[in-house]
Amino acid sequence: MIYLILFLEFFKVGLFALGGGLAALPFLQDLIVKYGWMTSAELLNMIAISESTPGAIGINTATFIGNNTAGIPGGIIATAGLAAPSIIIITIIAHYFESFNQHPLVKSAFSGIRPAVAGLIASAAFELARGGIFNLNNLQFNNNLLQFFDYKSLFLLVIIFAAICKFKKHPIFYIMAAALIGIIFKF
Amino acid sequence: MKKLLKIFLIFFKIGSFTFGGGYAMLPIIKRELVDNLGWIKENDIYNYYAIGQSTPGIIAVNTATMTGYSLCGIKGALAATSGFIMPSLIIITLIASFFKRFQQINLFQHAFAAIQVAVVALIIDIVIKMWQKSDKSKISLLIFLLAFLLLVIFDLSPVFVILGSAAAGILIQYYRGNLQPAYHNYHNQNQESDK
Repeated sequence: MIYLILFLEFFKVGLFALGGGLAALPFLQDLIVKYGWMTSAELLNMIAISESTPGAIGINTATFIGNNTAGIPGGIIATAGLAAPSIIIITIIAHYFESFNQHPLVKSAFSGIRPAVAGLIASAAFELARGGIFNLNNLQFNNNLLQFFDYKSLFLLVIIFAAICKFKKHPIFYIMAAALIGIIFKF
Repeated sequence: MKKLLKIFLIFFKIGSFTFGGGYAMLPIIKRELVDNLGWIKENDIYNYYAIGQSTPGIIAVNTATMTGYSLCGIKGALAATSGFIMPSLIIITLIASFFKRFQQINLFQHAFAAIQVAVVALIIDIVIKMWQKSDKSKISLLIFLLAFLLLVIFDLSPVFVILGSAAAGILIQYYRGNLQPAYHNYHNQNQESDK
């Protein structure tokens, strides 16, 4: 029952995605590998579109993955699953603890969660780059390494990253610039 | 009912004009609900956002739910959240319907091959910003590296890393002695404010 799986899996993402800043990404990356719903390259495409369209990135990506897996109902169900824990938990918290985020236990837990989430997102970036861009998943060391490693993409990665650090523009700017570079240099 | 519809429509508008993360929605919430309608105070928005950051789920959805709840209880929370996610559902469903066909075009493939690289660069930038916002202690660095390696090498589910890191955070603060006095202060402050 694909709809039930979508709802429950995205409910789980909504329940454990903590700490903000693409916190859902490591869970989504885990999901697509677990179920084979899409490739790393496809997930990267969807994140790019989610960043360039209105709405929260997590919600957009959930709609996209659900839609890709089980059509329009799939998109709606995945998104509902992702939002459901927020509605349940916030309603309880708003009712009982007005200063929930000031509570020492919550603050202490987050002193551990924040660096962990940064590590989780870094690992998702690593996995997506390995599978989606550099195709290192099938690397065999008896072959010539140069044949496998995509130096053009690595060069572009360094340039775009330097540009992000220097110009601090909105992500859409870099996505559009990359699209032009990709077309001109035939990536 | 009229108020619920209005909450839905306002958050539909907020969802339509928010690009990216939760922080981007705050100025629009302020303009609509504080400046135009006067339904909530500006400080409340920042409190809701702060709570949204420390509760599970997408921060923007948490903030919408929290704001809706404060306006009209559970019904308000549902109206605000469904309004906020509706534009995403419509826009992404439309894009998804023709994206597969566009993927066959050569030009499109070249563009997206480079866009994928840009997305990885943007994610690395987010990781660095998250690290800069942390306390940058040695223990935080250890947690960061452990989380990274447990996923990359051992393929552990991120759920365990989140639960483990929360427990580690509480234990570390407890052993540093930050938890016990702070806990008492918190309760004392609450009692004082009750008086």
